[in-house]
Amino acid sequence: MPLIEFSNCGFYCREGDFYIDPWRPVERALITHAHSDHARWGSKYYLCHHDTKPLLQQRLGNNQYESIGWNAPVYINGVRITLHPAGHIIGSAQIRVESGGEVWVISGDYKIENDGLSGAFEPVQCHTFVTESTFGLPIYHWKPQAQIFSDIQSWISKNQAEGKSSILIAYSLGKAQRLLPCIAEVTDNILVHGAIYNIHEALINAGWNLPTVQKVSSETPKSLLKGSVVIAPSSAEGSPWMKKFAPYEIGICSGWMQVRGAFRRKNADAGFSLSDHADWKGLLEAVKGTGAERVYATHGFQFAFSRYLREQGFEAGEVRTEFGNEETTTPDHTASPP
Amino acid sequence: MDEIENNEEMPQPSLPKGSVQGDVRSMAFFAELVMKLGTSTKTNAKLDAMVEFFSSADDKDKVWVIALFSGRRPKRAVNTTQLANWCVEAVGLPFWLFEESYHTVGDLAETIALLLPEHDPEQSSPHPLHYYIEQLIAIEKETEQVKKRFILHSWHEMNSAERFVFNKLITGAFRIGVSQGLMVNALAKTANTAPSVIAHHISGNWDPSTISFTELVSDQAIAADYSKPYPFFLAYALEDEPSSLGNPEEWQVEWKWDGIRGQIIKRNDELYVWSRGEELMTEKFPEYQTLKDALPNGIVIDGEIIPSIDQKPLPFALLQTRIGRKNVTKKQLQEAPIAFFAYDLLEYEGIDWRNKPLEERRNQLEEFVTSLNHPTLLISPVIPFDNWDELGRLKESSREMGAEGFMLKRKTSQYLTGRKRGDWWKWKIDPLTIDAVMVYAQKGAGRRSNLYTDYTFAVRDGDKLVTFTKAYSGLTDQEFTQVDAFVKKNSLEKFGPVRTVKPELVFEIAFEGIAASNRHKSGVALRFPRISRWRHDKKVDEINTLEDLRKMLEVYGK
Repeated sequence: MPLIEFSNCGFYCREGDFYIDPWRPVERALITHAHSDHARWGSKYYLCHHDTKPLLQQRLGNNQYESIGWNAPVYINGVRITLHPAGHIIGSAQIRVESGGEVWVISGDYKIENDGLSGAFEPVQCHTFVTESTFGLPIYHWKPQAQIFSDIQSWISKNQAEGKSSILIAYSLGKAQRLLPCIAEVTDNILVHGAIYNIHEALINAGWNLPTVQKVSSETPKSLLKGSVVIAPSSAEGSPWMKKFAPYEIGICSGWMQVRGAFRRKNADAGFSLSDHADWKGLLEAVKGTGAERVYATHGFQFAFSRYLREQGFEAGEVRTEFGNEETTTPDHTASPP
Repeated sequence: MDEIENNEEMPQPSLPKGSVQGDVRSMAFFAELVMKLGTSTKTNAKLDAMVEFFSSADDKDKVWVIALFSGRRPKRAVNTTQLANWCVEAVGLPFWLFEESYHTVGDLAETIALLLPEHDPEQSSPHPLHYYIEQLIAIEKETEQVKKRFILHSWHEMNSAERFVFNKLITGAFRIGVSQGLMVNALAKTANTAPSVIAHHISGNWDPSTISFTELVSDQAIAADYSKPYPFFLAYALEDEPSSLGNPEEWQVEWKWDGIRGQIIKRNDELYVWSRGEELMTEKFPEYQTLKDALPNGIVIDGEIIPSIDQKPLPFALLQTRIGRKNVTKKQLQEAPIAFFAYDLLEYEGIDWRNKPLEERRNQLEEFVTSLNHPTLLISPVIPFDNWDELGRLKESSREMGAEGFMLKRKTSQYLTGRKRGDWWKWKIDPLTIDAVMVYAQKGAGRRSNLYTDYTFAVRDGDKLVTFTKAYSGLTDQEFTQVDAFVKKNSLEKFGPVRTVKPELVFEIAFEGIAASNRHKSGVALRFPRISRWRHDKKVDEINTLEDLRKMLEVYGK
């Protein structure tokens, strides 16, 4: 019996009797990060990183939560568990599970580049690595964050010069916060959609030091709306809510924007390939960094990625999960942000 | 760079600061144009981008852009398999992974541009667009080795955006979200000329390697080119009841034939037959050669290229047996002889008749065609009718006539340019429909990249399902997203890019015609199949059967 099984509720450790990121309610859930396709409602007990706990409380309400720090072991039924930074969003963790000398790491979602907010991805030695593969094709390769930020800033300046608002579409948890330092360099007036404001509040209350933002509401003075910089989730795209910022340009921040067709489908004015997931090279680097002999690829291009790994000499397979939609291009609130 | 100074009124579409704005004589400038046209959502922004390009780019580049955007590309010097192989070799990836990537991107040129490593984002090609095109023409007859060296070297000196357009030059079909009409308007604005003059100048036979930009757009440069067709006048579909058109006596009604719209030109003792897609068809259909001697000089006739026996049109499926075939067998000539159904007279005795009223053009056309009495040139008859109700009843017999419905033309109308509302309308019959279940799905291209949007459908045959058609269009973006999610959740097997899908989603498929086919398992081939609606209300056991299709074939397939 392997240490981790792929059950119809998610990754299950029989020996420790716990699940990792289960998609159905269970007794005991270990959570990699607070995105709603990984942290689902209804379980009796949640274990996560300290930085994830306030986000779970904000999103899932009152439950029994326990949180731990990086690389601070806890034991469940004799199985050793540690968390290691995944670099995906604030509090995102890879979960290392060890028993009888066998080590598994469940990556959750991750990215290699340090975005300055989500922690630096840590390669963790293991025998078996379960990796995401959202962008597991070689057509996906990201520019450095600094360069994308500079592109975004140029775009904002151009819009400002034309008297237009700049609406950046970004996932409320993760991407929105990641953009703040970039935008704060070009304006003091950052407006955010209510969904983003709620998360912002939760993070400020948890002690995070983030640039100041203003919630857009019916009371927001018109003078602030015109020529402003706004961050909104994709659910706001094309909604009447956006009319108040007119004239405006829309810029979408998502790894999917790398491909012209995906960008054209969005009918936006600009696309920035800013992703909180690893690109092709990042995925390969992560796999190699673990020293794992066996690799399972989940949610994304798991077929292509696992086949490539097999050809590189790994023992690799694909696992179907219910995280997000495979290859999702229009993330809704249940899907993982690209 | 004096072009810029000469154009003070040129609109200045602003570019993001910090982005590397291409030198107006470089490949980057062209890449930037393609990027703007491909991603802009506003027609005016596209127009501005083109006006900017035509105002300031290198003259030779401008001519090539007009050529490319009007469907004239250099002969393919390198095939797509070679490109794919060289790319795979250059990046050290297995070929299957290239294919996976291609099926996700949906565009070969872009896939290669995305896969090749970009060492230095500031890097930019040192050459203009026409340099690469001239080189591509020059290497056409060279060995594979020479071609490969040129392609690899070109990729090496370009950035990703430039590689994309360079690859597009080779793989062809520059369909980048800009209509020919929009380009004509941009040229007219740049050259301060009437759009109709530009449209006429850039139609027909011209060689982008030798013609100058001024020759192509200026008013004075009247074509010594006798081959030029007139821009086609096209009709919109009639959405209201025909009674909205007023007095029936003011209208001329003809059958709408299902062939290829074309123009026959005889000038200066030469015959030219053009399709609406501006393809020269003169050599493709030997039947037309006999018209060369029969027609007088200085004549242009608008009509339909269509096979016909005893003055009756034959189904489109028979025309398809002739398209793209250089060597025609005797049997084909007998079974599908090509004729030309004349609609309109655009030029007569060397004089442009387009501004005369239709009634006058028509009378002259009838007189001319009748007196010529040539088996290949037929007149498309005018349908007599007294009132709109009667016409509505006549329309029901369209399929028996081999027509798709009616063309309604105002008797006083001039022959205009492009698709215009008001004077000409097409009034089509309702399509045939059949309910079918989706069984295979494949990812689409362009705006549908990485979305399962190309489907294969099946009907029931006893307890089996038999595939009979593919369809790619007809759903809204939102519906495509929903079906895409279904495919991803319910795929059974993967065969390369194709997924087999749980047969569950039922759609109504609409089509214009049906013909027997031994190339399809079902034994039928459909004309213009598309999804007309998603039948959420139907289950897979309620769909149509193979027997239903066969009955349709009997009734409508002749």
